[in-house]
Amino acid sequence: MNTFELLEYAAWSLSAFLGLWMLVDMIRTDRSYEEDLLTSSKEGEIEKSPVVDPAPERDR
Amino acid sequence: MGQTAASSRQKRISLLRVLGPGHVWALGVGIVLVGEYMGWNFAVGKGGAIAALIACWFAGLLYTCVAIIDSEVTSTVAAAGGQYAQAKHIIGPLMAFNVGLFLVFAYTMLEAANAITLGHLVQTVGIMAGFENSSDKPFVVLTIMTLAWLNYRGVYTTLTFSLVITAIAFIAICVLFFAVQPWSGTYVHHDQLLTELPYGWLGVLAALHFGMWFYLGIEGTTQAAEEVRSPARALPLGTMTGIITLLIAATMTWYVCSGLMPWEYLGQSVTPLFDAARLTNSTVLMVLLFIGTIFSALASANCCINDASRAWFSMGRDHYLPQVFGAVHPKYRTPYRSIVFLVPVALVFAYFAPLDQVITFSILSGLLDYTFMAINVIMFRKKWPLGSIKRGYVYPFHPLPAIVLLILCAATYVAVFLGYGTQLIAMMVFYIVASLWFALHRYKFVRRGEQFTMPWPKPVGY
Repeated sequence: MNTFELLEYAAWSLSAFLGLWMLVDMIRTDRSYEEDLLTSSKEGEIEKSPVVDPAPERDR
Repeated sequence: MGQTAASSRQKRISLLRVLGPGHVWALGVGIVLVGEYMGWNFAVGKGGAIAALIACWFAGLLYTCVAIIDSEVTSTVAAAGGQYAQAKHIIGPLMAFNVGLFLVFAYTMLEAANAITLGHLVQTVGIMAGFENSSDKPFVVLTIMTLAWLNYRGVYTTLTFSLVITAIAFIAICVLFFAVQPWSGTYVHHDQLLTELPYGWLGVLAALHFGMWFYLGIEGTTQAAEEVRSPARALPLGTMTGIITLLIAATMTWYVCSGLMPWEYLGQSVTPLFDAARLTNSTVLMVLLFIGTIFSALASANCCINDASRAWFSMGRDHYLPQVFGAVHPKYRTPYRSIVFLVPVALVFAYFAPLDQVITFSILSGLLDYTFMAINVIMFRKKWPLGSIKRGYVYPFHPLPAIVLLILCAATYVAVFLGYGTQLIAMMVFYIVASLWFALHRYKFVRRGEQFTMPWPKPVGY
């Protein structure tokens, strides 16, 4: 195995890791919050009191 | 549980308003600048260096019209989805659905094309280093996954990253321009290299298709509308400075490359600006322009993911597509499901489709979007004349830029049809079938009243 092949394997591994990270986070988020909250965004809305990092359902 | 559900309904999660005019500039220029580094020079192959210059001016006029029209409308319709939201409020749902699809396909195809290019560049480096069997595919996939992950994690970091690498890529073009000393004639020899039109005016017409590469994507600035702190100020400012930057970059690029290389070679080059740097025999310039090439492709793919996901998200939020795509991540405040959903779409095109087909699909979708914009702004001024609603920017000489834009789009359709007639017809068939699906099946799910969110008076003649 030469250096470039090692780089290729590293690229495949990192890609798989990042893809899995996004999938796992997406599933966790979907399970932790209500769908109504996740899809509550309104077009063109300028927030007066921004909601930053609302607590997951299970923590309330 | 009942109380929890009630409190959830009162709270809302929206996209985060953290961007400034610099990010808007990066979003517009970042998508496009790769066209200066590669692609525009195929216009030279179609009709010679002078034809490419005419195409550069022609496309520059087209995109200046796009930028000023877009600045006026989007400073009023400040919503994610950009032209999709504009179409929804000004023309109607069917046009909005089509415009949304134009945007998603234009940006996703361009993202795939950039990933292919980056993979190819890494593979070339591998071959030059003596690894004959090196593959581009792992790096194509890595580009898409890394940038999707960055977009997933937050818009501020994503577009700040784009701002930095786009600025470096632009500065690299400026450094090359001054390094070849255009005032002295030491390096550039236009007097010897410029020929007359080798294929006549037909070559100029054919060159128009690739002249668009100098500017394709600047209209993407509008996708940031819901994430900028001051849409009425930041969007026109970012868009106008973006088109000015691109006009300067396009002019410098043409001047340097056409003064260093004969048109027969320039028209075939894969990386014309890097080749121009190699001809100066300066290692510093070669390294700088190679970095510029990589950064411009990265910035373009990065901004494409941002724009395509916002368009897809907006359509989901209005139920034009399944509502699941209208979700916002509660921590990162990004349209995370849309970002994840578009990853395999980009991967399929980057992995299996030929580069020229992918780019042609992107250009054609963009062209359809520009045609819509000309019609849209005429209807906008007719339904809501000046003074009836507050505008952050008013574009001058209405309706002249809209009419010029329509004429230029018509001429470019002819140019595209000459080279890619089959693709043009296939794509029109695709959009007609998609429109039928929307009108006959999907539209019944759209909440018709709720989708019109702008606090405007009723249009004239309502």
